[in-house]
Amino acid sequence: MTAEAISSRLASGVVDSSGPRGPKPKTVTVGRIGVYAFLILSALFFLMPLWVMVVTSLKTMPEIREGHLFNWPALLTFDPWLKAWDTACTGRDCNGLKPGFWNSVKITALSVPVSIVIAMINGYALSFWKYKGSELLFGILIFGAFVPYQVVIYPLIIGMRELSLFGTLPGIVIVHTIFGMPILTLLYRNFFASLPIELFKAGRVDGAGFWGIFFRIMLPMSVPITIVAIILQVTGIWNDFLFGTVFAGRENMPMTVQLNNIVTTTTGIREYNVNMAATILTAAVPLVVYFISGKWFVRGIAAGAVKG
Amino acid sequence: MTTSVSIKDLSLNFGNVKVLESLDLEVAQGEFIVLLGPSGCGKSTLLNCIAGLLDVSDGQIFISGKNVTWDEPKDRGIGMVFQSYALYPQMTVEKNLSFGLRVARMPKAEVDARVKRASEILQIEPLLQRKPVELSGGQRQRVAIGRALVRDVDVFLFDEPLSNLDAKLRNDLRIEIKRLHARLKNTMIYVTHDQIEAMTLADRIAIMKNGVIQQLADPHTIYNKPVNLFVAGFIGSPSMNFIKGDLSGTTLSVDGQANIPLTNYQFANQTGASILGIRPEHIVVGDEARKMPVQMESEIEIVEPMGADTVAWTKIAGQSLTFRAAAEVHLEPGQKVLIGFDPGRGSVFNAASGNRI
Repeated sequence: MTAEAISSRLASGVVDSSGPRGPKPKTVTVGRIGVYAFLILSALFFLMPLWVMVVTSLKTMPEIREGHLFNWPALLTFDPWLKAWDTACTGRDCNGLKPGFWNSVKITALSVPVSIVIAMINGYALSFWKYKGSELLFGILIFGAFVPYQVVIYPLIIGMRELSLFGTLPGIVIVHTIFGMPILTLLYRNFFASLPIELFKAGRVDGAGFWGIFFRIMLPMSVPITIVAIILQVTGIWNDFLFGTVFAGRENMPMTVQLNNIVTTTTGIREYNVNMAATILTAAVPLVVYFISGKWFVRGIAAGAVKG
Repeated sequence: MTTSVSIKDLSLNFGNVKVLESLDLEVAQGEFIVLLGPSGCGKSTLLNCIAGLLDVSDGQIFISGKNVTWDEPKDRGIGMVFQSYALYPQMTVEKNLSFGLRVARMPKAEVDARVKRASEILQIEPLLQRKPVELSGGQRQRVAIGRALVRDVDVFLFDEPLSNLDAKLRNDLRIEIKRLHARLKNTMIYVTHDQIEAMTLADRIAIMKNGVIQQLADPHTIYNKPVNLFVAGFIGSPSMNFIKGDLSGTTLSVDGQANIPLTNYQFANQTGASILGIRPEHIVVGDEARKMPVQMESEIEIVEPMGADTVAWTKIAGQSLTFRAAAEVHLEPGQKVLIGFDPGRGSVFNAASGNRI
């Protein structure tokens, strides 16, 4: 086709300039309203138990017995909170949740850094310093994530007893470190595997060794994934009940175990307001972590989804 | 001329896969060698072996006369530039440049002097306090080159250093690497899959395929006298025309339809199935064709105007043929033209072995 033929064809086409122009207008459709209505209703539905917990914890026992579950307390009282923290009876002791809180702080503060540091080195070595059998080792480690905890508890108790670590603080820290290892190693290995391998090669050409590359190149780059790991571990270890009951020993009972002792006590009257306050107090730490970590928390859940 | 890098009988296997096999390569002091080949030909693997980032399965590597086969990368006297720049993201440009020196615990004054010299050569002084994310692709690659420069080594290794840059920047940096080589006179081994980079930069090109060096020669020889069909087809764009035929004496008979006399072509007396390779730019059209030893009439199928010149597609004796004509020559599909070439500029290959006759 010649140039004249092309230009005459363009000229003959009639263009209607009155049609749509500029950005497409946003319209509110029935579907959209429905979606938002559903979302708001779901949010309210899931907030309902929290509301009940908060108002109940602020009521006196006589008012609770009246049964108006959702009502704001007529007589506002903070005594249940003080009692839950300081004087509620967990089994024989009546010191409230306070000792449990500090035990949980101790267990978490030790287990989180220990497990993360080991997992970080594991992941680093498994991604960059592959050796014969390293893939197999990684496979076995990941398999550990699928083993139900209950299956290994008894052999673990025997092992801990033989090492004289059963019922001690180091014992429970080791248990948490072991059980955090598969998921955390996976997390770090995948993170390091996503970094360009050339970065590692450049480090080697520059003369840095195993620890040089780890501390000076990789560690400063792994801040984002470490925040995710911290969220995952703090919430996981704080919320743990099973290992706390079994391995921590009487001296180191974490807050979750004491909460259970308060709530499921079979003697005396059931103090619903104290139970509610104690539950909120125990859940407060993970809740605070969720709120302050914002977008990192979403990644934490995504990573936690692997854990199931 | 002394030898800078010498590779003897090098082999590398990943499990049962032979990536490199009994490879020998001698690189002279100050020479610019380009390893060229398609993906998966083993060129990057070879470079990683020289750098010491991969353990070899067999053979030896010498750098500046020293057997470095078992040495760590840092002890080999090499600097390396990577395709993805591989700058340490949390360090400033200055820290990136000085990292290797600081790891080696070099005195601070010496470190500063070397960083200063390298940043002057590469004109990156204003960038020294910036982080890699604040740099453009071209600036990042300069810093990466600088990191090799400060090490003050004999041998520079480049692993596709320009592949991540856009076309214009690639041309600019290519010239700069050439200038750098002219100035520093270090030995450079450069891996690329870009034939333009190879042709323009190299003193000698090693064309690789399946872990074997097919031809090691200067760009002129590689272009004009390829040793086999692979090299002939790999170098040149559009690629060389291959005309299959039967050789008897000095005449190539193409499917009995055409006979091409291979005058001016020097070869040992051979017969049998052969392939004549002729570059599109060596085929002329119109009046000039009348001066050529081989002339034939052909009909144009497709015309691709490139701006500087025009590539036309045609057929002779049923086999497709492209030729390059000056932009001024008017060509259009269906037109019958006279084309001609000098077989002396072409290459004849044995059809069975693919080797040059």
